[in-house]
Amino acid sequence: MADITNQSLSDIIENLKKKKVSSTDLTKAYIKNIESAKKLNAFVTTTFDQALDKAKQFDKKPNFDQLLPGIPLAVKDLFCTENIKTTAGSNILNNFIPSYESTVTKNLWDNGSFLLGKLNCDEFAMGSSNETSHYGNVINPVGDQLVPGGSSGGSSSALAADLTPATIGTDTGGSIRQPASFTGTVGLKPTYGLCSRWGIVAFASSLDQAGPMTKTIKDCAIMLESMSGFDEKDSTSINKKKEQYSKNLKDNVKGLKIGIPKEYRVDNMPKEIDELWEKGKKILKDLGAQLIDISLPHTKYALPTYYIVAPAEASSNLARYDGVRYGYRSKQGKDLIEMYEKTRSEGFGDEVKRRILIGTYVLSSGYYDAYYLKAQKVRQLIKKDFDDSFTKIDAILTPSTPSSAFKIGEKTNDPVSMYLNDIFTVPVNLAGLPALSLPAGVDKKGFPLGLQLIGKALDEQKILNIGYAFEKNCGFKNEIKKWWS
Amino acid sequence: MSKEKFDYFIKGEKGKYEVVIGLEVHAQVLSKSKLFSGSSTKFGADPNNQVSLIDSAFPGMLPVINEECVKQAIRTGLGLNAKINNYSVFDRKNYFYADLPQGYQISQYKNPIVGEGKVLLDMPYGSKEIGIERLHLEQDAGKSIHDMDPSNTYVDLNRSGIALMEIVSKPDLRSPDEVNAYIKKLRSIMRYLGTCDGNMQEGSLRADVNVSVRKEGDTNFGTRCEIKNVNSIKFMQMAIEYEAARQVELIENGEKIDQETRLFDTKKNETRSMRSKEDAHDYRYFPDPDLLPLKLEQKLINDLKKSLPELPDKKKERFVKEYGLNAYEANVLVSEKEISDYYEEVAKLSDKKLAATWMMGDLFAMLNDRGLDISKSPISAKHFAELVQAIKSGEISGRIAKEVFEIMVESGDNPKKIIESKGMKQQSDPKELEKMINEILSKNKDKVDQYKAGKEKLFGFFVGQVMKLSGGKANPQLTNEILKKLLKG
Repeated sequence: MADITNQSLSDIIENLKKKKVSSTDLTKAYIKNIESAKKLNAFVTTTFDQALDKAKQFDKKPNFDQLLPGIPLAVKDLFCTENIKTTAGSNILNNFIPSYESTVTKNLWDNGSFLLGKLNCDEFAMGSSNETSHYGNVINPVGDQLVPGGSSGGSSSALAADLTPATIGTDTGGSIRQPASFTGTVGLKPTYGLCSRWGIVAFASSLDQAGPMTKTIKDCAIMLESMSGFDEKDSTSINKKKEQYSKNLKDNVKGLKIGIPKEYRVDNMPKEIDELWEKGKKILKDLGAQLIDISLPHTKYALPTYYIVAPAEASSNLARYDGVRYGYRSKQGKDLIEMYEKTRSEGFGDEVKRRILIGTYVLSSGYYDAYYLKAQKVRQLIKKDFDDSFTKIDAILTPSTPSSAFKIGEKTNDPVSMYLNDIFTVPVNLAGLPALSLPAGVDKKGFPLGLQLIGKALDEQKILNIGYAFEKNCGFKNEIKKWWS
Repeated sequence: MSKEKFDYFIKGEKGKYEVVIGLEVHAQVLSKSKLFSGSSTKFGADPNNQVSLIDSAFPGMLPVINEECVKQAIRTGLGLNAKINNYSVFDRKNYFYADLPQGYQISQYKNPIVGEGKVLLDMPYGSKEIGIERLHLEQDAGKSIHDMDPSNTYVDLNRSGIALMEIVSKPDLRSPDEVNAYIKKLRSIMRYLGTCDGNMQEGSLRADVNVSVRKEGDTNFGTRCEIKNVNSIKFMQMAIEYEAARQVELIENGEKIDQETRLFDTKKNETRSMRSKEDAHDYRYFPDPDLLPLKLEQKLINDLKKSLPELPDKKKERFVKEYGLNAYEANVLVSEKEISDYYEEVAKLSDKKLAATWMMGDLFAMLNDRGLDISKSPISAKHFAELVQAIKSGEISGRIAKEVFEIMVESGDNPKKIIESKGMKQQSDPKELEKMINEILSKNKDKVDQYKAGKEKLFGFFVGQVMKLSGGKANPQLTNEILKKLLKG
């Protein structure tokens, strides 16, 4: 049959069910793609032998009652995987092999899938271009020298380049949606607490959330259904009945009220982004949705708020990487303090250090009230903006990012312009809401652009449904030439 | 009981100084597993054998609150007559140390689970109330072992993550004796509640001691120093004495006291500066985003309140009323739950007052000599009650009772059997006694004459002769009566 790896996850599952392809052949096809895509540097670790074993086991005793039958999956290297090295993109975990499996990946495996490899990412998920990884830049398959977005850059690159049928990332301030937007793929950040954080290397605990990255909305529903669920090991996990997102997927948006926030326009935003947004509004309107202008007045404070809250939590979350029990330990250092200093100096990269310093500063006595406490108050106001709007509307439509993918090195010396990439995505994390990035078009360079659908807490089904309708009527097709192989 | 006057002051050349003390007691919560993980809390395991991935802070590990520890904190709060807060928050206290795997301790900072309460102390000068500022839950750290290897430090994480209650007193204590009484009272309350075993040797109860001094009559507090992590009452008392004297000397020499953290060197019996206020850690407290605020339903608190056992203060009151004990006796007998249980069992079967006297005398002395807890007493409460009854009924004399007691300790036999088999029964037959006494009087006619002539001191001599002749078994009271009667005649 034709190359199966460029099909959607749901089509691949159909083909497996119809015995048009075996799990082993499928796995081999992805391994071949991965081996010829080393240039993209999407993988930190591959687990081919183990994957082939699992595929063979599946083929011997196939079980198609599962959501992900015989599906090989590569995942972001932020998820701890049992007996497989887990680096979080950092030198400080360059030798770390967990003895445990994260809840989210375990859920995926319990649904019939297995691990193909671990995907590159920004160090500790801190970055918007995958340039902060200790394991090198990841290339966007859209074009040589283009960043794939971040922090889930290995995930977006591998997905767009057909190196995995679907994948998962984590999103603290846009780390799923921005790379999805940069690669013409679908990315969903679920409601905070829908997916367990247990076993995911923590960046900012109150914002981190794992989510699916896929080629289609239907795939996204399948993946979300597989990975989510209550976990008593995570105190912030939401205890609710599991949803059947894929079964309940409907493409009817008639009568739904879509909010258009006036604050999601920034200075110097390319005209193409505005045009894309207009295109999105038109599609939904033509499908029978009602567009409603709304205001989210505290949006402009979201980015500074985020860059206080996230580093504060990170500065504390990353204190455990001290060289004492696991991970990298500097050979230098005469005493405990010096060992800490050298280990952390050599183990962490610049961006991580920058955020640890910011976080330490904003929590310091004398600055706490002015920064951290104020940020927490603003966070409540941002959340309230959304809550107030959602009394009148079903979902919000915005651009995903203020630009398309940029060149490697273009923003590395200007952290603030790098941080501005997250301007449309961070408010959602601060409010704990679900949001979907949909591929919606390309700019004049031909680079993909995404639109964002924001839903009420736990309203994933609704934004998936809107996305599903949108996808069918948008006419976007990701034209990626395999220039790297 | 005589009411003494409080008199603990440091005498300087320029006057008397009052010592002001506040304690931060760290009490290990009695629970099977740790505060945020399922690891065992059992004492004495091999190093690093009770450590989960959470306790050792592996990447992606998350804390989950142990409900039993929360209940224990509530019980303790109720036992301290304190306000239980329906809303409390766990915070991170950030600092680096090799035995602190997370790089932060999960504690409660602005919103503790228990608010203000009070503890009553019985001092020789009357009862004194000590205010409790707060009680909060926090994780213990691991243990750094510096003396196993000349160039390396070893870390044992068995203790890492065990639940502690930090009980902060108001600066209401004024002497080492009050500190002694306070710690003992806290320990007693928690042992009654079953919330802390109070075992100071195993580190279940430790304290940071805040000490300041001021001229007698001053109302403002002096600058305080905090003596960290003192693990016995004796050391607390020694540290306070040393520290108070040091501060008085500084003041008298016109020097300033620096607010600082000090440690107590038990070998040299002195406190030394650990770090000054300027070097104090900035712990960068903030609410732990891995844990939701702890919200307690009033029903849970009410239910726990209903299920609390009778506590020492109440029990003491009852002992005075029900058993006719004096305050001192009641105080001693309620100090430990096991002692009070033993006493009540004995008191049910024998004379209540006499039982108290004998328990606090011979029984406690014997247990003390042998270093035994009352739960390990070689004499059961039932046998002890039989002994008390044998004394009360006049079957044996107090002196014989001491002998019987010794044999009971060695053999574990019941006193009846011992008294019978050794023929130790008291001679209480007046006829037999009269016969015996007449015999003695006729043998000592000269002394009888002297007695009658006014040398009354000889009475003791006659008693002695009776005891000698009876092998100590003559009933002393009857002997006295009969002797007096016959000598008159």
